[in-house]
Amino acid sequence: MNFDFSDEQKQLRDEARRFLSENCTPKEVRAVLEGKAKYDAKIWKGLADLGLLGIAIPEEFGGAGAGRLELCVVAEELGRALAPVPYSSTVYLASELLMLAGSDAQKKHWLPKIAAGEAIGTLALVEAVGDATPKSIQATVSGGKLTGRKTLVPEGEIADFAIVVAREKAGDDARGVGLYIVDMKGAGVSAKSVETVDPSRNHAEVAFSGAPADPLGQVGEGWSCVDKVLDRAAVLVAFEQIGGADRALEMGRDYALDRMAFGRPIGSFQAVKHMLADMYVAATLARSNAYYGAWALSTDAGELAEAAANARVSATQAYQLCAKNNTQVHGGMGFTWEFDCHLYYRRSNLLALSLGSLTMWENRLIDEMRKRNAAA
Amino acid sequence: MNFDDTPQEAEYRALARKWIEANRPDDLMKELAAADEIKDRDARTAKILKASKAWQKKKADAGWACLSWPKEYGGRGATPIQRVIWDQEEGKYGQLSGPFAIGQGMCGPTVMAYASEEQKRRYLPPLASGEEVWCQLFSEPAGGSDLAGLRTRAEKDGDDWIINGQKIWTTGAHFCDYGILITRTDPTIAKHKGLTMFFLDMRSPGVEVRPIKQASGHSGFNEVYFTNVRIPDAQRLGRVNDGWNVSLTTLMNERFSIGARLATGVPEFFDFAAQMRMADGTPALDDREVRSRLATWAARSNGLKYTAYRAISALSKGERPGPENSIGKLVAAPMTQDIAMYALDLQGPMGAISRDDNSPAGKLYQTLFHAIGMRIAGGTDEVMRNIIAERVLGLPGDIRVDKDVPFNKIPTKGR
Repeated sequence: MNFDFSDEQKQLRDEARRFLSENCTPKEVRAVLEGKAKYDAKIWKGLADLGLLGIAIPEEFGGAGAGRLELCVVAEELGRALAPVPYSSTVYLASELLMLAGSDAQKKHWLPKIAAGEAIGTLALVEAVGDATPKSIQATVSGGKLTGRKTLVPEGEIADFAIVVAREKAGDDARGVGLYIVDMKGAGVSAKSVETVDPSRNHAEVAFSGAPADPLGQVGEGWSCVDKVLDRAAVLVAFEQIGGADRALEMGRDYALDRMAFGRPIGSFQAVKHMLADMYVAATLARSNAYYGAWALSTDAGELAEAAANARVSATQAYQLCAKNNTQVHGGMGFTWEFDCHLYYRRSNLLALSLGSLTMWENRLIDEMRKRNAAA
Repeated sequence: MNFDDTPQEAEYRALARKWIEANRPDDLMKELAAADEIKDRDARTAKILKASKAWQKKKADAGWACLSWPKEYGGRGATPIQRVIWDQEEGKYGQLSGPFAIGQGMCGPTVMAYASEEQKRRYLPPLASGEEVWCQLFSEPAGGSDLAGLRTRAEKDGDDWIINGQKIWTTGAHFCDYGILITRTDPTIAKHKGLTMFFLDMRSPGVEVRPIKQASGHSGFNEVYFTNVRIPDAQRLGRVNDGWNVSLTTLMNERFSIGARLATGVPEFFDFAAQMRMADGTPALDDREVRSRLATWAARSNGLKYTAYRAISALSKGERPGPENSIGKLVAAPMTQDIAMYALDLQGPMGAISRDDNSPAGKLYQTLFHAIGMRIAGGTDEVMRNIIAERVLGLPGDIRVDKDVPFNKIPTKGR
């Protein structure tokens, strides 16, 4: 059994970590958080130069043609560094959807641009409160023109193109739902910033009024494509989450060793130690579950849906626990703007929602366990 | 990233599988299950031991006992990954080895590290083959998590030591032939410094074993009383007053068990929730709250499984797995308790009815009590958290107010 990343994959992780530790410090994260930029263009360019935007894109479309495992190790580092770049929307969502459902022409047009850092992509899914369902999709396409309103579009203000989930046939089930590529800088599109719990990542409300829409895949298959890509993205975001969880745990540990109270380091009090031990346990379980997700993703195994939900539930809970306990260990200092605790607290809560709520993923996990048990 | 054996591992697995296929102890498993129905403790114990000893002897004769021990002591000289492969292949039949777990897992390594060559050749092979069963006499009423607070005295008398005192929570003492025993040999120095380890014949005059009636009503453990018990000095393990270091060898083996089959209660709860109907007739597994809790538990249970896979992978590469293995019991034990309580709650007032059947609800009811012991045995949840905090995360140890005080000057409130 070799349930671990290879030496080459670990080298890639080290390379990504080195680049990010030099170029993506809390200073860069705060610049975006405080509204000085909508993303860090320098980091984005650096990731493109290192070939990290097209890792999983086939060579014929300008990528490195490596696998999803390589993507996982990079995702962990981006999460650890809180990278303020549109990586997840471009790479996990837009790029994966293009590879899954795109025509040859669409792939030829977009994938090389993504790999080169020349096109930022996103997925426009959410329209209303609650987790997205086929019923919640009310944006419509008629005669190649898209009309409707999407909200919480990740990187909505900076994306060059969006893959929009919309319906061509009225109704409330998945049959009329399709995917459409829309030029976000073109006519009939207006994006307005939405401030979220974590402003170090851009989100926007986007109004489409007769925007030209290029169909991606078949009408009626759009929802199942979104479903599949959500599973893939769940594994990748789980790696961002375990990267962040590990960093939050380290910060808490370091502070507990350093901070003196009552004449001793606070890390010598069992109440503090046990809190940190619980963080370690959650982070360890989440890492192991993410590895299983990575295996399922990289082999496109039949277990992917269950493995992805399992990784997602575990990683969401671990990151939220580590981020909130890290602030708690820091006491009053953790509540200041100056300390970095809130950056992780913010990101943990954003990522917990970004692909659908914890409840949604818990339900997916139980559904998949049920299917497996019924088949056994 | 894959789950495949290396060619050498596959070869070893095939060898193990072939032997098990040819020697499947299905009849002995039936005997073991039948023993469950016997109420009288001595009769039940005898039936379990008979089945277990038969399987262990068969394994030993074929060279499949205590795999990681050297051959001259009854083992096979196997690597750690080979031991894991054997455990996987032995699967449910491993239950038959229950009575030997402590002797082979903890006493054996201690004897191997500290006994004379002659003693090792005398005692280890029959321990491996199950012909002699060993127990571990550590915990005391006044020394549990604070094991070094133990009070059982050993006083030198010529070439012997005279033992007086009491041990508690001794698994299997009522059927064991030998035991390793930690005692206090000098109460006038600091508590960790005045301890000495021995092994003894459990049939020595002055040894009295009494069952403990547990909270569940069952009796799996014992109290052991020592009244002027004589142990020859030759049966001392390690130097006089160095027993604490000797005990660390034993305890390290207790907590280092890779890929061990830890019960989490998740499969039982899944079956329970699939069968159970809510008041409106819908399956509990359709209920939002039930699904949410089960998903969290399932993810934790899966996390343990894949953490073990990571440790096995490290072993396969010849690495020493990290301390992440110490999380197993800390995760599993309280989880089984939470699951058991929630299963009762879902049944409403009817959940209070005691049951010992084999249905999912029956198994979960029994877990309610089993979990209490799981959370304590081999290191309480709190001790496990201290271990993770101190040895994994590098946080400072607690301030120990009794560390440098002579043992007989430590306050006891007269108890």
